[in-house]
Amino acid sequence: MSDQTGPPSAAPAPVPPPDLGAALSLRGLWKRFGQKIAVAGVDLDVPAGSFFGLVGPNGAGKTTSLSMATGLLRPDFGTVHVHGTDLWGRPEEAKAALGVLPDGVRLFDRLTGAQLLTYAGLLRGLDRDTVAERSEDLLRAMDLVADRDTFVVDYSAGMTKKIGLASAMIHAPRVLVLDEPFEAVDPVSAANIRDILHGYVDDGGTVVVSSHVMDLVQRMCSHVAVIAGGHVLAAGTVAEVRGEQSLEDRFVDLVGGRRESEGLAWLRSSSASS
Amino acid sequence: MVAQLVRLKLTLLANTFRRSVWQTIGLVVGSLYGLGVLGLVVSAAVVGGTADPVVTGRVLTIVGALVVLAWWVVPVFAFGVDATLDPRRFVTFAIPRRTLLAGLALAGLVSIPAAVTTLGALGVAFAWWRQPVALVAALLGGVLATALCVVGSRAATTALAPLLDSRRYREVLAVVAVVPLLLVGPAIGWVADGVSVTVDGAGADALGAAIEPLARAVGWTPLGAPWALASAVAEGAWGLLLARLAICVATLALAWWVWDRALARELVTPRGGGAAAAAKGLGWFGRLPATPTGAVAARAATYWLRDPRYAASIAMVPLLPLVLLVVGTANGAGGVLLLGMAPLAAWLLGFGISNDVGYDNTAFALHVATGTPGRVDRWGRVLPVLAGGLPLVVAFALVGCGAAGRWDALPAMLGLTLGTLGTSLGISSAVSARLVYPVPKPGESPFKSPQGAAMATLVAQMAAMGITLAVSVPTLALALAAIFLPNAALGWAALGVGLVTGVLVLLLGVRWGARTYDRRLPELLQQVMAFG
Repeated sequence: MSDQTGPPSAAPAPVPPPDLGAALSLRGLWKRFGQKIAVAGVDLDVPAGSFFGLVGPNGAGKTTSLSMATGLLRPDFGTVHVHGTDLWGRPEEAKAALGVLPDGVRLFDRLTGAQLLTYAGLLRGLDRDTVAERSEDLLRAMDLVADRDTFVVDYSAGMTKKIGLASAMIHAPRVLVLDEPFEAVDPVSAANIRDILHGYVDDGGTVVVSSHVMDLVQRMCSHVAVIAGGHVLAAGTVAEVRGEQSLEDRFVDLVGGRRESEGLAWLRSSSASS
Repeated sequence: MVAQLVRLKLTLLANTFRRSVWQTIGLVVGSLYGLGVLGLVVSAAVVGGTADPVVTGRVLTIVGALVVLAWWVVPVFAFGVDATLDPRRFVTFAIPRRTLLAGLALAGLVSIPAAVTTLGALGVAFAWWRQPVALVAALLGGVLATALCVVGSRAATTALAPLLDSRRYREVLAVVAVVPLLLVGPAIGWVADGVSVTVDGAGADALGAAIEPLARAVGWTPLGAPWALASAVAEGAWGLLLARLAICVATLALAWWVWDRALARELVTPRGGGAAAAAKGLGWFGRLPATPTGAVAARAATYWLRDPRYAASIAMVPLLPLVLLVVGTANGAGGVLLLGMAPLAAWLLGFGISNDVGYDNTAFALHVATGTPGRVDRWGRVLPVLAGGLPLVVAFALVGCGAAGRWDALPAMLGLTLGTLGTSLGISSAVSARLVYPVPKPGESPFKSPQGAAMATLVAQMAAMGITLAVSVPTLALALAAIFLPNAALGWAALGVGLVTGVLVLLLGVRWGARTYDRRLPELLQQVMAFG
């Protein structure tokens, strides 16, 4: 399954070797679901210590790429290295360095918030005292102390996102990969989480977030990659990618698909007529 | 608008046929089976009506009343089973309530159960083919009965919706519902037994006489009244006919009114969960060892008690002796059947984890992301069942032997029981790493069978059961021989063989399961992701 030789005939230019110094180095990732090619040869280097934003329209292959980069989905072709460790070759070692918040998966929601954090910590092999201490800190940081004993199934969407984020961080990973971490999170919590993530990056950690809120990525991230149609269209520091434009305008230029809104002329008159 | 709602329901129904080939085949086979049963019921009614219309009328009244009752009660327990036309989905459309109500009522007739009920209700009316006036009354009764079924069930679910919205209440209800479900089979057997004894004794007249008071009483209830219209005509009791007709119409009107009120309230009440539930402290996570395996075990133990899908299967275990007792008394086998409860409970417990990854659903992503090794995952799931199940099945074996008065069978029983526990746990651990099939998602009714699951479920369960049975054959043969010959030496042999088989299969099954799990970890996750 995990053929390491790259795509057969459709291969474009020869793929450069993975950057073993990077926090995350993807080379020639391909994934096909039935007839649809979701990811078609993604090469990406996430420098260690960067705050990396992954942006793209809906269905661009962001989630598929991140799933393959974190061991949740086996690529058809291609390699993933986490700080130089081959993820699909030595998954247990590579996964230990990763903290993952996948999008669109459930949590073990019959556990309370505190129990879920404990579960994640113990699965990561932490000892009881460390787990207890870090759970407290994380609950406080996520503003979930009052809901520690509430079952996750009764959490709101934003609270669920926050407890998922906390369980991804409990083992102090070197790389955090967060798929849509701010969706449904209230502005105050989002600001708190951003502070936590910035602090984490300042201390040498690496954060990869996917988002389709350009403004947020422009303000928050040091690096950005634009992905669409299963390809990386541009990657680099935010300044390099956006140039003179705002990230949003640059994104629209790259991805295309803007329409003149004349088509819905009737909508404008909707207040006048019935 | 009414026509559009009916068309929507028809489209939804047609789409379920188109979803996949296997599903289509399953539905066709199911429909053929349903039609066959329907044909049998109708012809039985016609034959019976030809021979003895009075008794047939009474039987039809009682059976029909049960059908209406089922329509009213089952959806309340099996909540969300048919949510295709959940009124809340129409909240944002500005549809007048009366129109919506009429549309939902008519659309409610467009479903397989409704079609079967309609055909059946009209079909059995032909039991009265010899008396045209009674036939007309029976057909009218059939129409009224179907309307009562559909409107009554909608009224019940819509009126109880606020209650069913509370997660905790729903879950308790779902687990409680196991009790009547489990007892339906034995109860039918018991009743049939009683009836057949009566019939053997004195023929159909005696049967008619035996159920006469029951049928008379049921005929006065809204459940039985529509089915008893024809009997009243046949007896020439026109006053009775009018009274029963009045009961039907009044009930229908009442159900309609209740539904209308409930719908009016539902359309303006946003769906909100009930009060949030809480638990103190870390529970099992604080008690079990702070290792990855201990954590998985703590999580599994929590779920066995907290998740209605697991709790429902636990609730079944204490009912086993009761069921076996009823069956044993009914067919005259007596207490010997009670010996079966220990191995049955052992098998049920072991089978409980045979689709554990399917039960996790996408929450399983945590195990994948953390890179939890197969050994840890498999043992973590087995250990709580082993720790809780072992004392339980041993106690069952002791009680079974005591109740049956067969202390001599104890070694054989223990061998069979412990062997079954180990074997079924081992096989489940292996199978669940290989075959994952859709089950009700977390938070759904344990009775909801997910779309498109039938074939995969059948294959996986058959595989698990078949292998377990095949591996258990030596122990089973020895134990049965020891119990029924009876032979003490064979009993001790069964104990030895059972223990060795159990331990061996458990170790090998977990090991094989762990290896498969390690190899297929991302594929397992993708499989459950595909269930949606």
